[in-house]
Amino acid sequence: MAESDNIVVETAEKIFADLADPQTINNDKNNSWQAPLWQALSEAGLPLSWVPDDLGGSGASLADGFALLNAAGRFAVAVPLAETMLAGWLLAQAKIASPEGEMTVLPASPKDRITLDADGALSGRTRGVPFAKAAKHFAVLAQGKDGAVIALVDASKGRIESGLNVGYDHSDTVTLDKVQPITIKSSPKGFEQTNLMLMGGVARSLQIAGALESMLDISVRYSNERVAFEKKISKFQAVQHNLARLAGESAAALAAATSAADAIANAKSFDDAVYLEAASAKIRCAEAAEKGGSIAHQVHGAIGFTMEHILHRYSLRALAWRDDFGSESHWAVELGKLVATRGADELWPLVASR
Amino acid sequence: MTAALRFDPIRLPEKCEQLRKEVRAFLAEEIAAGTFDPNKPNREDTDAPEFSRRVGAKGWLGMTWPKKYGGQERSFLERYVVTEEMRVANAPTRRFFVADRQSGPVLLKYAPEHIKMEILPRICRGEICFAIGMSEPNSGSDLFAAKTRATRTDGGYLINGTKIWTSSAHIADYMIAIFRTSPPTKENRRHGLTQFLVKMKQPGIKVNPIGQITGQYEFNEVVFTDHFIPDDHVLGEVDGAWKQATSELAYERSGPERFLETYYVLTELVRAVGPNPDTRSAEGIGRLVAQLHTMRRMSVSVAGMLQAGKEPVVEASIVKDIGTVWEQQLPHRVRDLAAFVEETATNRETLERQLDFAIKTAPKLTIQGGTTEVLRGIIARGLGLR
Repeated sequence: MAESDNIVVETAEKIFADLADPQTINNDKNNSWQAPLWQALSEAGLPLSWVPDDLGGSGASLADGFALLNAAGRFAVAVPLAETMLAGWLLAQAKIASPEGEMTVLPASPKDRITLDADGALSGRTRGVPFAKAAKHFAVLAQGKDGAVIALVDASKGRIESGLNVGYDHSDTVTLDKVQPITIKSSPKGFEQTNLMLMGGVARSLQIAGALESMLDISVRYSNERVAFEKKISKFQAVQHNLARLAGESAAALAAATSAADAIANAKSFDDAVYLEAASAKIRCAEAAEKGGSIAHQVHGAIGFTMEHILHRYSLRALAWRDDFGSESHWAVELGKLVATRGADELWPLVASR
Repeated sequence: MTAALRFDPIRLPEKCEQLRKEVRAFLAEEIAAGTFDPNKPNREDTDAPEFSRRVGAKGWLGMTWPKKYGGQERSFLERYVVTEEMRVANAPTRRFFVADRQSGPVLLKYAPEHIKMEILPRICRGEICFAIGMSEPNSGSDLFAAKTRATRTDGGYLINGTKIWTSSAHIADYMIAIFRTSPPTKENRRHGLTQFLVKMKQPGIKVNPIGQITGQYEFNEVVFTDHFIPDDHVLGEVDGAWKQATSELAYERSGPERFLETYYVLTELVRAVGPNPDTRSAEGIGRLVAQLHTMRRMSVSVAGMLQAGKEPVVEASIVKDIGTVWEQQLPHRVRDLAAFVEETATNRETLERQLDFAIKTAPKLTIQGGTTEVLRGIIARGLGLR
């Protein structure tokens, strides 16, 4: 497993380094880097990592895919890689084959619902859908009369109100109005919208952790270069302690995200323990995005506040990713309710079970 | 890239879960027998010598050490389980905790064989208590400023000076301390300190209790006046204690005690809000649990690295930094949330009493065993900033 980890991640990192170098793409005002990057990722089979061979994908393990998302976070990749992976994964739950091209998932918020009517058509309005505008297909989780269903939908059938998130990536409102899906199947027993939200949340957690690793890296490097008051700013204790805290936030995010990924990769079902892991990852990584990102900016001073500098590619995306698939506030309330329902004396056994 | 920090998702092996059941059953029996009350972390007398012996009899002290010294040759991950279950139950571990975590491993590494054979089995049986003699009135975080002298005499050393903030010195049978055997050199200000094994309750040692803001008397001033220590009680290299001090810190700094010290107030808050919390309480509890879970996963990860023979000094410092800041803030966050607990909550008094104690305990958590400032300095060095 460890070996194949390396192959998927190494392949991805090589593509990112060649075609998504942060400084190069930050200088490119026309986004002309996006098409070649997507093409290279697709040729390597990475967007459909989580889709089995017989459903049109490359059949990588969950663990490999999670490691890939962490690497994508380290490069703050701004193409719908995570979204297409999630969409392929969702479709595969119902044994629906994935088409080629960019995809995203609906809904992308635990508050929104898509419903299936008696005529087999899908309706609903979902906000904050990442990369909906770039997607050729939607993977949809909808609520039918007899439980959840999973559907593949032609993206051109939805109405898209285009928007941008805090990180300048597309985050759109998608309305389906009696849309007939290309394919629709019942979701497997026990697979609900919450499962999709937790999976999406863990994906975002890994991306945030990756972005924080890079923020730490470039902040340390900058502090060793920048001179003020006749010495490198890395020699000031106040700066050192801020960077130590950033390292702590980065470490906490990485630990929470990789633990949750490992939990899902080895889970038989989405039980309370997986819920604890996945919800905690999203909560803790979102907190780290705020605390860690603010330190990275503080260390960089004014230059980090410019569009020319690459820092915002990481800091703003990490902040934006907090909002997708349920914010940390949402998950904190849900986790708090779970803990309260289980009762005080069952809290420690739950924590210790991980 | 900066030297990457690793926190791999280590899982406790299956045998740990069997052990956990045994520890829980043992603690439940002790509670039932009235040895301690898990709801009263603020007990005045935290020394429990008989309990210590019973823990020893279970084989849970020195459990990672070689069998010939009374150990069990079990893994750090198994020790981890015992430690966290004891801590969460508020068990009275004072008598054996330092010896098991820290002093025993130092002796294993640096003591002569006959001393190891004499003392380690007694630690494993829970018979003896250790203190650590580091701080002095004018030397705390700056360990290498220690002035208490060890002067050469026939067959050993004479000790003169004062150690301070020495936890458990009033009940300890031994102390592992650093004393000055030579002045520092120009090239190395850390030179000249030597680690010693000190037998307490001997002539030339006076222990004066110091009252803490919690109302307890757990730390002390220890005054040495011509106290004699024989040559075979030198631990490691004379004048070279600085080489020995750092590698053990990973053990001391990353354990569950570094984030569970005030955990009991969280349990009690969950009990007070009941099964149907309002949104505010639910959100507050959810965040605290997410933070707790994350820290524990980091801490277990470091335990896994230690088990694998690594020296994760920076990672351990991160665990202690984040963990102690968290356990320090925890009573205040719980207090925020407790403000909205119904007056009728049956455990309201327990929660308030616990909060009172936890809030008084909190200030020490980011000071003892390496201050936040020292830890951040170590992390900064690991990042290549110093």
